[in-house]
Amino acid sequence: MRLTLGPLQYFWPRERVLAFYREVAGWPLDVIYLGENVCSKRRELATRDWIALAHELADGGREVVLSSLALLEAESELASLRRLVENGRCRVEANDMAAVQLLRERGLRFVGGPSLNVYNHEALRLLMEDGLERLVLGVEHGRDVVVEFRASGLALPELEAAVWGRLPLSHSARCFTARALDLAKDDCGFRCIDYPDGLPLASRDGQPFLTINGISVQTVGRCDLGPELQDLEATGISLARIYPQAEGTAEVVARFHDAIRTGVAPPRLGEENGYWYGEAGMARVDRDQASVPR
Amino acid sequence: MYLVCPAGSPPALVAAIDHGADAVYVGFRDQTNARAFPGLNFTEADLRAGIAYAHARRRLVYVALNTYPGPARFGDWQAAVDRAAALGVDAIICADMGVLDYAARHHPDLPRHLSVQGSATTHAALRYYRDRFGIARAVLPRVLSIQQVERLCEQEIVPIEVFAFGSLCIMVEGRCQLSSYVTGASPNRHGVCSPAKFVRWEEGPGGQRSVRLNDRLIDRFEPDEPAGYPTVCKGRYDVGGEVFHALEEPTSLNTLELLPRLKGAGVIALKIEGRQRGQAYVTSVTRTWRAAIDRLEAHPDGWQPDPQWLRELSRHAEGHQTTLGPYHRSWH
Repeated sequence: MRLTLGPLQYFWPRERVLAFYREVAGWPLDVIYLGENVCSKRRELATRDWIALAHELADGGREVVLSSLALLEAESELASLRRLVENGRCRVEANDMAAVQLLRERGLRFVGGPSLNVYNHEALRLLMEDGLERLVLGVEHGRDVVVEFRASGLALPELEAAVWGRLPLSHSARCFTARALDLAKDDCGFRCIDYPDGLPLASRDGQPFLTINGISVQTVGRCDLGPELQDLEATGISLARIYPQAEGTAEVVARFHDAIRTGVAPPRLGEENGYWYGEAGMARVDRDQASVPR
Repeated sequence: MYLVCPAGSPPALVAAIDHGADAVYVGFRDQTNARAFPGLNFTEADLRAGIAYAHARRRLVYVALNTYPGPARFGDWQAAVDRAAALGVDAIICADMGVLDYAARHHPDLPRHLSVQGSATTHAALRYYRDRFGIARAVLPRVLSIQQVERLCEQEIVPIEVFAFGSLCIMVEGRCQLSSYVTGASPNRHGVCSPAKFVRWEEGPGGQRSVRLNDRLIDRFEPDEPAGYPTVCKGRYDVGGEVFHALEEPTSLNTLELLPRLKGAGVIALKIEGRQRGQAYVTSVTRTWRAAIDRLEAHPDGWQPDPQWLRELSRHAEGHQTTLGPYHRSWH
């Protein structure tokens, strides 16, 4: 099992982002994904800065993948996507069919990101014809889809699953952070920079429910498939993805790295794992690992 | 410009045709479409009769096969494509690449429309579906402004259909996991959003009502407050100590005032949402849009929406409110 760092989903000041990735360079990770994949208005790092950072990290000998935007609306966003695709060195994680099209038109191999809709072996086969070499499972996908992919007889690409972090649940034309602050999106003042871990949303009885992150809505709890790592591997997942948070990401990476190195599953720290078991994503399933069929 | 109206049942299909729909869209009675609700949709015999009714009046019938099959169930979607083709429908509306590819290879003459669930928002994405599967039309997700719709039409990649009226999904369609996060049932896989079996209403001592989805409190209503269906995106929540519709109010999309611009842009079809709605809704909304389109075609200059049309449409809107939604920048 290889360990990967998913793209930063929040908007942090430029210096904080650069300092974060200087640290990341020293962590025991096999793959680093980076780039703006939520909102194109977030420009503390411009596309060219992300590309420069990716190349710098790749110089250190690490596999680096540039993640593309999940939702594109404007022509300027396609122009940025084109720059990403033509970066000349790092592979791209395609998070929208526009990215798939630009990559296949240029004959470039790519990673299929979690916001592509790949629900069956036929869609996967078509994307592999287009150049897909690795698939990051969609957010609502779990064990069953991988078992069924394998049963289909298709020679599968590398499979990656998120094992830690707040998962992106939806994207909109509307900015929910701006809405919460009573600002128009066109005049948002880039205020999501004040919420380095997103803006928590609770139900009216005070239960934490969702996380607002600009135009995206995330889970409130952290997905944690630490105790399921062996099951993931036995099912055919070869890369485990950790999503960065404002604090404590180094410790999370170390914990998963140790678990992979020693083969001992870490205790559960995160709140959610339902999607892996085919249940509601917010559910937490406590299942005896020994009873999971291999 | 085609007026494409919803039919969740044979009476709704007849109502849509009788009141001026150029095409109706329907689904089979299973999870192959995104309105897989109990009691809704068409058996094969229903659809055969519906197609005969429509074709006798030179109208069209489209079948939505716009959910995403998992690998083990892929054969059911292939069978549904075959069934639609054998029945002689005028087009199928699909989202999944595997389903589109199957249809393109086995029924090349059956027109394929890219569903809104296919989530294509740019000319690059539209080129993908055109080049790969020969789509004849694409339905755009409700995330683009009117200017962006106009620019996309100018590219002339494929003919464009847009949503004109009905319940408003505020998240980009085909990629929203809010229902599956809370209930495990998703529009993409199961053809349902926030299914009724997870909904629980509770009445408090003062007549206050609470509504929960799989035990999560979505909203609370005072006795005199209108209460809508509890989809996650239209609940009231606490953000930073303030309780409000943090994602969206219960409201419907209504683009009537944009009709001349949509026509001017070259939009080929206008879609009315609402296969889950009854015959009265279909009748009234179809009749209103038919009148609006006919008047625009007869008198293109100085077209104004008739106040009576707007009143009629508001009556059928969620919470009796309508919005231009993402077509208008101020909504964003």
